[in-house]
Amino acid sequence: MTRASRPAGATVTASLRRPGLVRRLRGGRWSAPLGIVGAVVVVAWLLVAALSPLLAPRDPLAQDLPRLQAPGSGALFGTDALGRDVFSRVLSGASVTIPLALLLVVLSVVVGAVLGAMSGFFGRWVDELVMRITDLVMAFPTVILAMVVAAALGASLFNAVLAALVVSWPAYARLTRGLVLGLRTSNFVISGQLLGISSWRLLARDIAPNVVGPILVLASLDIGTAVLLLSGLSFLGLGAKPPTAEWGSMVSDAVANFDSWWLGLFPGLAILTVVVAFNFLGDALRDALDPRSVTVRGGGPTL
Amino acid sequence: MTRPLQEDADRSGPALTIRNLRISLDGAPGPRPLLAGVNLAVDRGQIHGLAGESGSGKTLTALAVLGLLPPTMHAAGSIVLSGSASGEDDVELLGATTATLSRIRGQRVAMVFQDPSTSLHPQLTVGRQLTDHVRHHLGLDKRGARARATGLLDRVRVPDPESALRKYPHQFSGGQRQRIAIAVALACDPDVLLADEPTTALDVTVQAGVLQLLRELVDDLGLSVLLVTHDLGVMSAVADVVTVMRDGHVIESAPRAQLFSTPGNDYTRSLLAALPGSSFEEDPADLAAELVAEQEPALTQAVPSDADHVTASTIPAGADRPGSRQEPLTDV
Amino acid sequence: MLTSLLLLVGVTLVTFILTNLVPGDPVAASLGQRAAEDPEIVARFRREYGLDKSLVGQYLTYLGNLLHGDLGTSTTTHRAVAADLGGAVPATMEIAISAIVLSVLIGTVFGTFAAHRRGRVSDHVLRVVSLAGLSVPTFWLALVLYYFAYYKLHIAPGSGRLSVDFNVPPKITGLYTVDALLAGQLDTFLDAVAHLFLPVLVLTLYTVGLLTRFIRTAVLEVLDQDYVRAAHAKGLPARTVVWNYVLRGASIPVLTVVGLAFGSLLSGTVLVESVFSWPGIGSYAYEAASHLDLPGVMGVGLVVGTTYLLVNLLVDLLYGVLDPRVRLS
Repeated sequence: MTRASRPAGATVTASLRRPGLVRRLRGGRWSAPLGIVGAVVVVAWLLVAALSPLLAPRDPLAQDLPRLQAPGSGALFGTDALGRDVFSRVLSGASVTIPLALLLVVLSVVVGAVLGAMSGFFGRWVDELVMRITDLVMAFPTVILAMVVAAALGASLFNAVLAALVVSWPAYARLTRGLVLGLRTSNFVISGQLLGISSWRLLARDIAPNVVGPILVLASLDIGTAVLLLSGLSFLGLGAKPPTAEWGSMVSDAVANFDSWWLGLFPGLAILTVVVAFNFLGDALRDALDPRSVTVRGGGPTL
Repeated sequence: MTRPLQEDADRSGPALTIRNLRISLDGAPGPRPLLAGVNLAVDRGQIHGLAGESGSGKTLTALAVLGLLPPTMHAAGSIVLSGSASGEDDVELLGATTATLSRIRGQRVAMVFQDPSTSLHPQLTVGRQLTDHVRHHLGLDKRGARARATGLLDRVRVPDPESALRKYPHQFSGGQRQRIAIAVALACDPDVLLADEPTTALDVTVQAGVLQLLRELVDDLGLSVLLVTHDLGVMSAVADVVTVMRDGHVIESAPRAQLFSTPGNDYTRSLLAALPGSSFEEDPADLAAELVAEQEPALTQAVPSDADHVTASTIPAGADRPGSRQEPLTDV
Repeated sequence: MLTSLLLLVGVTLVTFILTNLVPGDPVAASLGQRAAEDPEIVARFRREYGLDKSLVGQYLTYLGNLLHGDLGTSTTTHRAVAADLGGAVPATMEIAISAIVLSVLIGTVFGTFAAHRRGRVSDHVLRVVSLAGLSVPTFWLALVLYYFAYYKLHIAPGSGRLSVDFNVPPKITGLYTVDALLAGQLDTFLDAVAHLFLPVLVLTLYTVGLLTRFIRTAVLEVLDQDYVRAAHAKGLPARTVVWNYVLRGASIPVLTVVGLAFGSLLSGTVLVESVFSWPGIGSYAYEAASHLDLPGVMGVGLVVGTTYLLVNLLVDLLYGVLDPRVRLS
């Protein structure tokens, strides 16, 4: 492919194939080594999420241990008010929260990007409609709206993901719309239209590759937010139902048993390490792919 | 090839003397030279034009005077500000302490930048920008500073100075903004004014007015100006002495009339030839040969000297190129 | 202005639609099982809460009531939602405003510092720390800090807005700190501040992380501007250049972020209030949601949405104050 025919935005995806990316990631800045640390921790947690039934020493739902024992020889992280092993529950919680958070981000990207692309590409009433809806959603602080939606739908993990999806897709829609608007007037798209290529094919073949990069950056920074949002909803009692071992609801239980400090500390640390790891990784990715970008809405977790 | 500067008998010496100025840029394999030994002197009451293309190092020279180079660049050599006019000692500006530089900046040496829509703060009133350094350097009170500011705006022919003080830069036209920037620079009566492409961002129709203003200020106030520009037309309009730079070196330096009528260097000649309406013609055959030599070094051996089908560009390689060829640089 | 009004109407519509998606029956949730089996009681309940009309009819009635300042009656507390929230809003505002002011101050200092020392160790450390701050689950941080500061070290007071032996100061704003000062009750003021300390600390820690990163970027962009170089060229002292030229230039993008951060803070109070038994919107929302109290939930959604809209309007106004190009176009 000669340089003349490659559209400008393709440099982002092209850069993913250049050896320079790895070299840049190893460059002198802190975000790169931190990104590697983040990647390692993320992989570790992904393994835990996948293998938790094998890794957990006890059944996370079994209530056969003495209650409210501090961390000691029997239970690494102590036991809770119902005699369950906190360590096993923390491990098991990974297989609840992490896959759901990833699912949430994927769904938000798909819904947001499709709606945003349609909005930017077709314009007129489609654009108006989509933008008014995003305005409406963004008129609420995230957790509040998610809470209202989750309450309306009923407390369950599925509904929590749904509620989180409702508040998360607009950021991607806006980003995609902006990118598509910029690309729509570029020469290679116009020439495609003149050649009679259908709109959908144009979207898929010419526009999509140039939009992938910034969306990837946003998504990688968003996974941490997703984890915080889902565990927050569970903390409020609007997500995981007992006896499911979920980190947020475990912290909620800890509020009731205040002096058993181990009940809340470890699940919270789990959330913290996962989110920090994803954030470091996302930050490094962002620095490598697009160092100048600062996305305001959605670029940093809005709690 | 540098022509000796003509001494002016009735002045007491140059206001600003730059000797052997070298600037290097921090870099991965090692520091990269950007400026390689620049010498020039700005006499009092004179406009000294510093001409050259982008990357010649002319802006860097001006920035080095006030110590405004970015932290990754390092300057060596000597820049002396003469003190005799104001009764002070000469000051070595290169490597001066922050305290010294703070005293000099704005008060004895001032600068006008290329684009007044970015060099004036959009959120501060014109009056504020005219008076804050005046009050800092000269200790005037608010009323005194405002009076001075009104006088300055009057001098640079900005209409209705009283109400102009309360307005913001975006409420003025481009030409007026640059006049305001000049007024800001002159507010503390500096000895030397550094002007970095002062008319480049302006409409052609407005440029003449600003240049004329500069000339008047020099004649009336005895101001010394170092005028940096790539536009030789500007030079021919107002400069007394012109120094031509290329790739970090001084190519030639001469009084305007002399430079424009009998340039001593091929590079200068080609710059002049590029001016519209220039009476200066280069022999097309020489031009073409030089062009070919620059773009296709391998062909130089094979191509005969009368390759007259090649189209001319403005700047072919000069016959006497000082030193080794350096990488093209971006003007900072 | 018009857009904001339309958005407000949209907000009411959204909350109304959402809460009517409730699969459960609010009647059963509120009355308890035995009462719900009595058709007369059920019918009376439905009539009382307007649940017997059509959906559109219910919405129109709701809108009409709104315009009279009537947000309906909570099915859990059996009091007017407007009255309940009227008491809860100042409590939350007290935390939110304190936290945002502190966060902006600290964030500006750290962000400017990091921008000026770009590339050096302190800059990197600050970036890492603020990224870590963004990653902390606020509800957990609240719990941990509460445990250590109150339970273990006894340096912070217990739950609620005031200690047991203090009386609520005469209500003027509803903010205990301000009201206590206005009434000249200094010890009440100090107690209220002590109780504010932990919740505000938790929220500030998170928001400072958010703000520092953005302020750093905004300042970096300003430092590249010609007018900063021109200010140095004028010989102005560094402190003046930073204060009058750099921060002024950065104020506009920072304002945008502060507006967003406030929305984030409002969300955060929901998660943090229950840990501290703070009687604000957050606690109220939680109670209402878990009991399927439709008027209550709608009231919260409306109040928070409106507050956020007002904040954004305020931000727009401030743009005009800070940027003469906006003001004078």
